[in-house]
Amino acid sequence: MTPPGLNEVLQRTFSFPKKHFLSATDLNEVEVANLLDLADGFVSLNRQTAKKLDLLKGRTLMNLFFENSTRTQSSFELAGKRLGADVVNMSPRSSAMSKGETLIDTAVTLNAMQPDLLVVRHASSGAASLLSQKVGCSVVNAGDGQHEHPTQALLDALSMRRAFGHIAGLKIAICGDVLHSRVARSNIAMLQMLGANVRLVGPPTLIPVAAERWNVEVFHDMREGIAGCDVVMMLRLQLERMDGVMAPSQREYFRFYGLDREKLALAAPHVRVMHPGPMNRGVEIDSEVADDLTVSLIQDQVEMGVAARMAVLTSLAARLDNDR
Amino acid sequence: MSRPTAYLNARLVDPASGYDGPGAVMIAGGVIADLAHVPGFGSLSADVDVIDTGGALLIPGLIDIRVKTGEPGSEPKETLKSAALAAAAGGVTTIVVQPDTNPVMDEPSVVDFILRRARDIELVNVYPAGAATKGGLGQRMAEIGLMHEAGCLYVTDADRPIVDSKVLRRVLSYAKAFGVPVAHRPADPWLSAGAVASEGEFAARMGLPSVPAIAERIMLERDLALVELTGAPFIVDQITTAAAMESLKRGLDRGLPVTATTSINHLSFNEIDIGDYRTFCKVDPPLRSEDDRQAVIDAVASGLIQVIVSAHSPAPAEDKRLPYDEAAPGAVGLQTLLAALLAFHHEGRIPLIDLIRTVTSAPAKLLGLPGGRLATGTPADLVLCDLNAPVVIQADKLISKSKNSPFDGRRLQGKVLRTVVGGRTVYSA
Repeated sequence: MTPPGLNEVLQRTFSFPKKHFLSATDLNEVEVANLLDLADGFVSLNRQTAKKLDLLKGRTLMNLFFENSTRTQSSFELAGKRLGADVVNMSPRSSAMSKGETLIDTAVTLNAMQPDLLVVRHASSGAASLLSQKVGCSVVNAGDGQHEHPTQALLDALSMRRAFGHIAGLKIAICGDVLHSRVARSNIAMLQMLGANVRLVGPPTLIPVAAERWNVEVFHDMREGIAGCDVVMMLRLQLERMDGVMAPSQREYFRFYGLDREKLALAAPHVRVMHPGPMNRGVEIDSEVADDLTVSLIQDQVEMGVAARMAVLTSLAARLDNDR
Repeated sequence: MSRPTAYLNARLVDPASGYDGPGAVMIAGGVIADLAHVPGFGSLSADVDVIDTGGALLIPGLIDIRVKTGEPGSEPKETLKSAALAAAAGGVTTIVVQPDTNPVMDEPSVVDFILRRARDIELVNVYPAGAATKGGLGQRMAEIGLMHEAGCLYVTDADRPIVDSKVLRRVLSYAKAFGVPVAHRPADPWLSAGAVASEGEFAARMGLPSVPAIAERIMLERDLALVELTGAPFIVDQITTAAAMESLKRGLDRGLPVTATTSINHLSFNEIDIGDYRTFCKVDPPLRSEDDRQAVIDAVASGLIQVIVSAHSPAPAEDKRLPYDEAAPGAVGLQTLLAALLAFHHEGRIPLIDLIRTVTSAPAKLLGLPGGRLATGTPADLVLCDLNAPVVIQADKLISKSKNSPFDGRRLQGKVLRTVVGGRTVYSA
């Protein structure tokens, strides 16, 4: 049974106008609002016993993950299967491939198998875009290097919209390793488009040089940065970057940039905490905060991930020709 | 609480306010309670101890921001206590100790150790400089934020340059977020590898491995470019060559947040002083040509160089009584700093108030210290000095545990009569 709310959204005349889903900056406010409405409907579906629809019946979804990811890959896999698609997971070992030409060779080979939707994760910025130029099917960027991870931004927006009822006007602090974070880049673009007030918090070594010009406020003092914020979004910092490379040590990072109760008390009273996972507990976030369901949206984010990806896949598939 | 003390009939020189003239200072509760620009205070209550200075020079206690001791790790060279005693005898009331100890001061517990020891010794003010990188090895950033919270004033890898520009860039931008200045030695590591003297006719004649003066400028240019990129507060740790001075001037003219230091050794000696392989004159960077020395003196006079350090670096006889290229570099300097500095006043080369500024208000301003000036309410860190009294430096009479002074035998003018720290007399002649 399709939940009634979902039916209503599916019957709207709006259709997603793009072939690929590569970057949050490609989207506009109307497109995002529709994707969020659709995803909201899928959340209800996913909570039913009967979760399966046939919106993607006959379609082939190929997960092409050059970089390992358990959660994103299974999220896309579930999304595809619940929509009735045939799902294939490919994890070409990047060691067997050199970049550039061979990425395209792989794409051409896969393209010959006639997939309808290609979900790509790659360690190089711009890889998904490059692939999209070489294949006939729709390409979804599931993370390209340090560039973008647009479905993460969509699921984050969904989590926030469900928690607050709106996104416009929210004060959101994105904290930690912004420099290397594709999650941050996609979120900044999408949240600003939706009217949120975004600020970045981190040591200067982890904030991109021209970040001030992204229309965000930059704070190197976390206490100042999260003061009065509605949402504190923590980013993952790879442990090896914390041993004197980008930050001096785990303990120093936690002291100044880790989210604990004391710092969180400076945020708005109704603050919600987010993290794209996987978390480094006791390094960027205190377990006490991460596991407190009254403030943490971290579990919701995972649930919203499947629904948001179902919305993206449905919207792209609706546009695909039946005979290619 | 000790009784208030009035120093009357003195010549006050206070670079912070620009005052040089007759005056009197009242000390109470560890701070300067009152100041007069006349020789006395009029009537004084009976509970005030009165000291008639007889016209002696009364200046803020000296602040020496580059001092090595052997503690922790090499206590036979020098302990914090022996260094503090030498400082007190030299009119130095604040020292900033370098992080290249054993263990290296690259994390907050070592900073805390130094501060606790200093409190126990209770002689002069001791502040630590933390290491900029772990182990001072120039590869990975040290715990700059935690050390700053623990009380370190700036970070530096001391004698060792940070070769990797990416590392220095990160250190600069990270330290900037905490308002911590970074000090760095300008020395091209490849050109200076193995060198013990400055390249030129003298080193060639002596057969000593040498480094061209330009090695200093090469590294300084890179450092200043990184300061421009990061906007971080930066200390040039001992500029000693004429060639580098041009780079410094350009950087300062562009408004970079840079403060340059030089050492009293490079102001007072040139390469010829090495003479017959006198290892007491082996310092790092090596003594330069006379042209370089003159350029350094001019740069102090013009204000290009703002801070003078003793570069106090104890090395015991067994480390110095070796062939020149095997001997340890470094010279002790805490106890001789003031008299050596005053030489430029007596020569008529640099005005007294400008000389004193380089070791009082300038370093205080650089590091945000409360002392370094004569003003009511500031810590009563003072030196009383006979400006003209002749002294002959005798290295074996120095208080430091190591006696490696290149000033041995030198005739200078200026004798410390009394050193006061926080209102307490810690030395009197």
